[in-house]
Amino acid sequence: MIPEAGHFALTLALLVALVQASVPMIGAHRGNAAWMELARPAALAQFLLIAFAFACLTYAFVTSDFSLLAVVRYSHSAKPLLYKISGVWGNHEGSMLLWVLILSLYGAAVAVFGRNLPPGLRARSLAIQALIAVGFIMFILFTSNPFERMLPPPENGQGLNPLLQDPGLAFHPPFLYLGYVGFSMAFSFAVAALIEGRVDAAWARWVRPWTLAAWIFLTTGIALGSWWAYYELGWGGWWFWDPVENASFMPWLAGTALLHSAVVLEKRDTLKGWTIFLAIVTFALSLLGTFLVRSGVLTSVHAFATDPARGAFILVLLLVVIGGSLALFAWRGPSLASTGVFQPISREGSLLLNNLLLTTAAAAVLLGTLYPLFLDAVGGGKVSVGPPFFNAVFLPLMAPMVASMAVGPLLTWKRGELGPALTRLWVAFAALAAAAVLAWAVVADGPLFALVGMGLAAWLLVGTVVGFAERVRLFRVPFPETLRRIGRVPRAAWGMTLAHGGLAIAIAGMIGAGAWKVESIQVMKPGDTQTMAGFTFTFEGARQVQGPNYSATRGTFTVTRDGRPVVTLHPEKRDYPVERMPTTEAAIHPTFFGDLYVVIGDAQGSEGAFVTRLYFNPLLGWIWGGIVVMVAGGMVSLSDRRHRVGAPKTSRAAAGAGAGAPARA
Amino acid sequence: MNRRFLYVLPLVVFAVIAAYFAVGLTKDPSAIPSVLIDTPVPEFALAPIKGRDRGLSREDLKGEVSLVNIFGSWCFACRVEHPLLMQLKKENAVPIHGIDWRETDRDAGPKWLAKFGDPYTLIGDDPESRAVIAFGVTGAPETFVVDKNGVIRYKQVGPITGRIWEETLRPLIEELRRQ
Repeated sequence: MIPEAGHFALTLALLVALVQASVPMIGAHRGNAAWMELARPAALAQFLLIAFAFACLTYAFVTSDFSLLAVVRYSHSAKPLLYKISGVWGNHEGSMLLWVLILSLYGAAVAVFGRNLPPGLRARSLAIQALIAVGFIMFILFTSNPFERMLPPPENGQGLNPLLQDPGLAFHPPFLYLGYVGFSMAFSFAVAALIEGRVDAAWARWVRPWTLAAWIFLTTGIALGSWWAYYELGWGGWWFWDPVENASFMPWLAGTALLHSAVVLEKRDTLKGWTIFLAIVTFALSLLGTFLVRSGVLTSVHAFATDPARGAFILVLLLVVIGGSLALFAWRGPSLASTGVFQPISREGSLLLNNLLLTTAAAAVLLGTLYPLFLDAVGGGKVSVGPPFFNAVFLPLMAPMVASMAVGPLLTWKRGELGPALTRLWVAFAALAAAAVLAWAVVADGPLFALVGMGLAAWLLVGTVVGFAERVRLFRVPFPETLRRIGRVPRAAWGMTLAHGGLAIAIAGMIGAGAWKVESIQVMKPGDTQTMAGFTFTFEGARQVQGPNYSATRGTFTVTRDGRPVVTLHPEKRDYPVERMPTTEAAIHPTFFGDLYVVIGDAQGSEGAFVTRLYFNPLLGWIWGGIVVMVAGGMVSLSDRRHRVGAPKTSRAAAGAGAGAPARA
Repeated sequence: MNRRFLYVLPLVVFAVIAAYFAVGLTKDPSAIPSVLIDTPVPEFALAPIKGRDRGLSREDLKGEVSLVNIFGSWCFACRVEHPLLMQLKKENAVPIHGIDWRETDRDAGPKWLAKFGDPYTLIGDDPESRAVIAFGVTGAPETFVVDKNGVIRYKQVGPITGRIWEETLRPLIEELRRQ
């Protein structure tokens, strides 16, 4: 009964979305206020209906209702509650329902918080948002119904992949989707603006908070996924350039570019067409990420062959959403005249450079991810594009970007001067040299790019601090004056400083863990020792332990350094009997300078010997630390009152009042 | 005119991508090899490569779950997965047999293995793509999971990554061993 109610609510949501997609759009065209106003209650109703449907599905998973096909396939009564709930979105059908739930959540948020938006823009963007919802709800109802019954119901479920039974992964998809779908808001605003034929600074100010929120979620989602891969897969790596990861990374790159070009549009009324284009592309890549990975097109083409209806539907949906918006862009885009002009050496110029590098990087990742599929399509045989391709393309693009990131904030708008900016960055130059020399002193035999990378990370970190110091006139004015200025720094500027600094820390971690990783694989008997990176690992033996729904081999390693104990580690190799699947639980001891990472493998012979993998990942924790700082920066920036959806008017009034001081952000 | 072209360009690029998708999705390019899944390994017997005395034949693949890995010294992506194969060898995770494909020089394969390490239990030399065609291989590297009875149970196209090994191959091998 409850599943049917959920199914019915979803069908109703489709009807509401149809109304929301058409009536306000026509109303905006004719200037009928009542018709436009309908968008808001409709968006709320749509959200409530989908939330109800989602609650029904969650109830079925929590109560292990095995008359539902999805519950049978992806759940099991012996599973802990958390994973029963995460099982709701741990499968194709449920994840699609989560997708539309988040889509309608954003729509409802605009309906509630977007009171100050111009009625025409609000009505049109909510209509576009509803149009996307129509496509997705139809996709769910016709090809991927999570409420499908299975009669007679079996005794128990088929469980959930034990690799996915992990808190990191339980929360990874919702965050990723909050990010992906969040970019739908920028997309809807962009399409609405194209229909209206008007893009201005106010538009950019309304789009930025939504893009920023999506960026925060997507960054968190990607980091959670990467963190999970790091501690769960047991290979000591945290990024594999795997299609699944690339699919989430592409919208991140494009979305980051969008965030920055929207700043230029807001401040300088230029890069209009480009910003609209980025908004469309970012959401297009998000759709690609959702579909191509979930449906398995990239990893195995079989998934599609078995369900041609689903494949055809996805293709049509992509064609309509992406093709339609790009056609609109081709038609209306040229009429968006930019008024601001600027010199190449200027704040705008540096932001444009960052945009070009980020989008080129996104295009390169797209090419590398899709190339095998393309070649297949034209009968060119199979090729694989592995990490060497991505590293070879990606690093040369990122190096100039990081180099320019420290300079950009020191340039003035419109026309800047490189000389004075570089002069102010002398401390950063010194930091660059010091970091490279220090890296060389510590790891003399490492690769050259690591020295350059460490130097650039230091350059960016110190350069960012210099940029902030310049803003508050540190050492140039009396200290109390500097303090007063610090108090007046807008939160958006704090956010930028944090985000750029966080990236510098994360880059140092990525370079360190990537270039200087030490690993050692061997068979160890109880009592054997192995020395690596200055640490001595003693294998004390392994024993069997019993978990709630698995049994495990648990090894004990004591680690010492110069004879002093450091830590005792317990890696596990788990076996889940229901799914008949083993998983690796690496034991990790994070330290400031790097992670000790120990994995226990298969038993060898009868004397209690095991294969063991030991890793030392230098600076790896800095990656997570840096990302946390970046996300914090995003949140601080989001809390800036100028970004608050309700605030634009008052903020503009305030800016007008303080016209004597140049606006800086 | 020029300006307008810039705005149309994204649509054109997307049209090309979409056309590829449409072809890629309907064609199901992996249809040919999938025929071999769950069928016995085709009849084949390959000579050893230089420096080894045993080659590889269908009979060698019976009795134990094993991997058959198609590689060649000319294949760049093979170098990508090579360290992982070496790790698997060190761990005794599963016997890995190799088919050294399309070498024009009889020294190239052995030299390559001498340089990067040799993870293979048995290796067959296949310069004329005899066994490789019988297996339905479309490119290198490609890896087949063969069960105890010499039946092909899975085909991995492209390099094995740590993730593919942990998520797909290792669980499958454990399951096949229990059968």
